[in-house]
Amino acid sequence: MSIRGKAFIAGAYEHPRREIPDRTNSQIHAEVAAGALADAGLSFSDVDAYFCDGSTGFGPMSMAEYMGLKCRHVDSTETGGSSYVFHVGHAAEAIAAGKCQVALITLAGRPRSAAMGGRPGGADPTGDMVFEGLWGMAGAVTGYALAASRHMYEFGTTSEQLAEVKVAASLHAQHNPNAFLQKPTTVEEVLDSPMISWPLRRDDCCVVTDGGGALVVVSPEVARDLERTTVKILGHGEHVKHADNGRIDLTYTGAVVSGPIAFEEAGVTQADIDYVSIYDSFTITVVETLEDLGFCEKGAGGRFVLDGTLVAPHGRLPFNTDGGGLCNNHPSNRGGMTKVIEAVRQLRGETHPEVQVPDCEIALAHGTGGSIGTRMGSSTVILGREDA
Amino acid sequence: MSHDLPTPAPRITPENQEFWAATAQHKLLLMRCDNCGNPIWYPRTFCPDCGTFDTSWSEASGRGTVYAFTIVHRSMIDGYRQAVPYVLAYVELEEGPRIMTNIVGCEPDAVRVGMPVRVVFHDTGEDNALYRFEPAGSQ
Repeated sequence: MSIRGKAFIAGAYEHPRREIPDRTNSQIHAEVAAGALADAGLSFSDVDAYFCDGSTGFGPMSMAEYMGLKCRHVDSTETGGSSYVFHVGHAAEAIAAGKCQVALITLAGRPRSAAMGGRPGGADPTGDMVFEGLWGMAGAVTGYALAASRHMYEFGTTSEQLAEVKVAASLHAQHNPNAFLQKPTTVEEVLDSPMISWPLRRDDCCVVTDGGGALVVVSPEVARDLERTTVKILGHGEHVKHADNGRIDLTYTGAVVSGPIAFEEAGVTQADIDYVSIYDSFTITVVETLEDLGFCEKGAGGRFVLDGTLVAPHGRLPFNTDGGGLCNNHPSNRGGMTKVIEAVRQLRGETHPEVQVPDCEIALAHGTGGSIGTRMGSSTVILGREDA
Repeated sequence: MSHDLPTPAPRITPENQEFWAATAQHKLLLMRCDNCGNPIWYPRTFCPDCGTFDTSWSEASGRGTVYAFTIVHRSMIDGYRQAVPYVLAYVELEEGPRIMTNIVGCEPDAVRVGMPVRVVFHDTGEDNALYRFEPAGSQ
C-alpha cells in the first residue's frame, strides 16, 4: 500500500503577523488551527488526528487539551524545522490506513517577542504548566495518587487490592536475572512500605532505572525472508485524554478509546488475549487500565486483580511477566518500550519457563504516558504469533 | 492554623495576566465562553468546547468541594519539600470546573473527598496571590 492518492490537503493558513508580543504560543496554535479549518470548511469538532512538534508544553497532550481536540491519532515527530513536512507524510499514512479522517497540523512560536521578554528560546509556558505548577505536584506519583483517591472513593478500591498488582509483578521478577527488584513481596510488605503520596506507598511505584530498548518493524516481504521468528501486528489504537476543559475524570484513562480501536482492527476480543503487558508506572495505573480495556467492568479492577488473576503462567490474565515497571525496569522513566518487548518474548515463547504462558498466541501491550492525574497519551497494540 | 506552604509566583503570560492581577484583590476569576456560555478552565482565550475565540471574565463564588486529593509525604520541590505532609487536590468549583490546588486550614488527615471548601488567597509578594482552599466550616 502506498499513500498515493489516499490523502488530500484541504486547508492551509499562515498567521498574518510577524511580531506577536500579546499572545501565547497556545493562542497562536489555536488561531492558525481555526484559520486552516475555516479554509477547509471544517470545524474543530471534525478533527480526529493532531500533529505538532514538541516545543509547546507537553507537545500534543497540552495542545489537544487547549483546543479541546478528541483525537484517535497523534504524532509529535520532532525533526526541527522539517517536522511539519514529516507530519504531512505521516498524516497521509494514517489516513490511508484508515486511522483517521481529518488531521490537523499546527506550528506556533514567538522567538522574536518572547526572546525580547528574556526567555531563552522564546518558549512560553502553556496554561497547564502555569496552573498546575504552583501546588507542589511533586513528581509523577502525586497525579496518580489523585486518581487513586478518586477511584477508591467511587468504587471502594483498597490499598490491599493495589498491592496485589505489585505482588504479581514481583512473583514474575524473581525469574528475571536482570530485574532491578528480584525478591518476591507480599501484600503486607507493600502496605508496610513508606507512604509517598497518600494513598500510594513506595511499593505502589515503579522502579527508577537507566537503560533502554529498541524494536524493528518490517514489511511482510522482509519478514518472510528472515530466519528469526517474527510477531504479527494485528491492531493498534491511540488517544490523548486530557482535562477536558475542567471536566477531568480521574477514574478512567485514554485506554477507553485506544482499546476498542485496537480490538476492532485486530478482529479479536478480550477473551482471545493470552497475555497482557499493562503500563505499570503505579499499581493504580494497572487497575484502571484493565477496566478501560474491558477485561473487567469499570470500578471492578481492584477485585479483578485478587486471587492471582495476573500471575503467570496460570492466572486468568497473566501480565508483565518480566516484572514490569514495578519490579524489572522503567528505563528513562518511560515504560512503553519494555511493555512491547515482553509481549514479543511471550509470543515467541522466549520468556522464562516459569512465566511463559502456554500456547501464547495473542498478546496486548498498552502504554500510558504523561499522567492519569492530568493528561495522557494512551496507546494499545495487539500482537499475534507469526502464524496468527 | 496558618499555612506554611510556599507561595511561588505564577508565570505571567499575555493570556493569564488579567486572571493573576485579580488575585491581588483576592478575586478568583473564571473565563467564560460568550458563545456557548461554558466556563473555561484553565483560563484561555479560546473555548475548547465550541472552538470560538469570544470569551470574557466573570468572578467565581470561591466555593466548591474536594473532587480528589493526595497527602504528599515526599517532595523534591523547594519550599514544598520542607512543608510535607501537605494536600494536593482537585477542587470542583460551584461553577463546574475541577481545578488543581492545595487544601489548607486543617490537618491533612481531616481532608475527605466531597468536603465543602472555600477559597483563600496567599500573597506571593509579586502583586498576585495563590488560590487555595480551606474547609468551608473553618474560621
